[in-house]
Amino acid sequence: MSDQTPQESGAGGAATAKPAAGAKPPLSKERRQQARRRVLRSLLLGGGVFGAALSGYLPIAYAQRKRLRPPGALDEKDFLSSCIKCGQCVQVCPVQAIKLADLVDGFGVGAPYIDARAQACDFSCDAVQCILACPTGSLTYHKPEGMDVRPGAKLANKPILLAKEKDAEPTLNLAERIGVARVTRPESCLAIQGKGFKGQARGANFDGELRYMDVDRWKPIKVSDHPYDVEICNLCEQVCPIKGAITVKIGPGLDGKLKGIPVVHEPCVGCGVCEMICPTEPASIEIIPGEGWRA
Amino acid sequence: MNSILRKRFIDQILVMFGREPQKPERQTEQAIKIHELKRMTNKADLAAAKEAHRANERNHKWRNRRWVTLIVVNLLFVVSFGFDIQLLEGALTASRFAGFHLIDLNSALQVMLAHKHIITNLLIGTGTVLVLWVLFGGRTFCSWVCPYHLLAEWAEKIHLFLVRKKLITDQPIDRRWRTVSWVIFALLAVATGYTVYEAISPTGIVSRALIYGPGLALLWVLALLVFEVFFMRRAWCRYACPIGLTYGVVGIFSPVRVKYRLESCFHEGDCRKVCLVPHVLDTVIKGRAVDAEVPIGPDCTRCGLCVDVCPTGSLKFDVKGLSKLM
Repeated sequence: MSDQTPQESGAGGAATAKPAAGAKPPLSKERRQQARRRVLRSLLLGGGVFGAALSGYLPIAYAQRKRLRPPGALDEKDFLSSCIKCGQCVQVCPVQAIKLADLVDGFGVGAPYIDARAQACDFSCDAVQCILACPTGSLTYHKPEGMDVRPGAKLANKPILLAKEKDAEPTLNLAERIGVARVTRPESCLAIQGKGFKGQARGANFDGELRYMDVDRWKPIKVSDHPYDVEICNLCEQVCPIKGAITVKIGPGLDGKLKGIPVVHEPCVGCGVCEMICPTEPASIEIIPGEGWRA
Repeated sequence: MNSILRKRFIDQILVMFGREPQKPERQTEQAIKIHELKRMTNKADLAAAKEAHRANERNHKWRNRRWVTLIVVNLLFVVSFGFDIQLLEGALTASRFAGFHLIDLNSALQVMLAHKHIITNLLIGTGTVLVLWVLFGGRTFCSWVCPYHLLAEWAEKIHLFLVRKKLITDQPIDRRWRTVSWVIFALLAVATGYTVYEAISPTGIVSRALIYGPGLALLWVLALLVFEVFFMRRAWCRYACPIGLTYGVVGIFSPVRVKYRLESCFHEGDCRKVCLVPHVLDTVIKGRAVDAEVPIGPDCTRCGLCVDVCPTGSLKFDVKGLSKLM
């Protein structure tokens, strides 16, 4: 850098006419005013730009709702620092589960998240393609040494994808869960009330897609094209793509009537398919993003 | 390169960081001679020649080529996702062209500074893009690829119209501010661990909006454009954008640049009026050129507006070494 470092920008417009040597000629009142206005404008623009930039802190400081990140995501802080906001993960997802956050997410603007209720990740890509697509390692198969792992995030074993159960390699290359399913509204759960379910799980207008192995191994179809008819609702168990992640225990309740209790097990990766399919409004089972497994 | 041109080369780098261009202390003998000859030319003749030249039809050859390129590149992103062609996947911040990683240099820098952990794909993509823009001229990215540049170019037209109508005046500020902005955003990334600049980067926001659909973030871009229309000509690109400075540095040694030929120039100054970065064209001011031929400095976006507007053909695109080869 020259003798004029940027820190001196306060000297502003005065630097325009540089005399050959030594003393500067005194500036007219008008020139001085001009220079002062110029400095003020610089400060104003600077304040505006950095004010706007740092306002990205607000959503993080207020820690509104946590986002469910795509599979393989680093912990939130690392994730936001490494994500380059290119959306390549969005592009490879066969069910378009991944969306990019908007301005309200502050520094998270342009970073990917999953709204499981609208469209969950059902692993119809078989190989967690979003991780493969990520150019910066924000989504990763192997978290680098020394990077934070949330308590309870580590999976005991590589999850077995039911769709691939008979393949030579039945597991998903996932080491950590992105969240955990919880029955957050037991009072509305159909199984717990001993109710069955008949019809389209989320109504005729629901756009969400799932891969149904008995329909098409390779192509996800609309949930609305796959109606159900069950005596005691166990839709969450039926659609769960991971082996042994959730069961609906059916048996007689205190009043002797048949009831079901959804139980989430350790293999749950937090993909959110159960939340997506849950026919009650709002969903009785939900993913708690970033939550670890607690026995 | 002679010592006088070498000095100018260094000066132009400093000018990119925000210094005001200065009168040259030394000029080559040839340049001095040409300046001398120009002073002796009959003023009336010169004025007549100027008028005759200016009457020539305006041509927009380079502007049109550039706009087509910019639109095609951005459309490639859009159709690759929209129609699942998978040719150019991702957005301007990072993408894959037919499988090859491409990563925007400034975004990569922000991620490296914030995350402090670099993976191979990030390095590969950054390296590829670095080579690409060293070859094509650094800030060529700005005017030939950046979608915000095009929006700002249209906003500039409105701004200039309003200035001509005397409804507003332009409010320039100190250009060193862009260097300050670059340093602050780099420090912010290191200190906060967030890619702070990416949150407000109009390049990223517009690129993602085109590909993945519009969002509220476009309001920020709109605010910038309104500011540029009514207050400050090309404020973002000239005084704030750290991406521009990053690519400017990359373009320092680039072989692709605009070259100025003193002898044929009439010093009308039309080029400086259309230029986004008129400080790189200080050499066209009467008496300033240090040599008979002067390459334009690294802050030039190679947009070609000056090449189009120059009535005498004194400003032309030039590839270093190519003329010797051919």
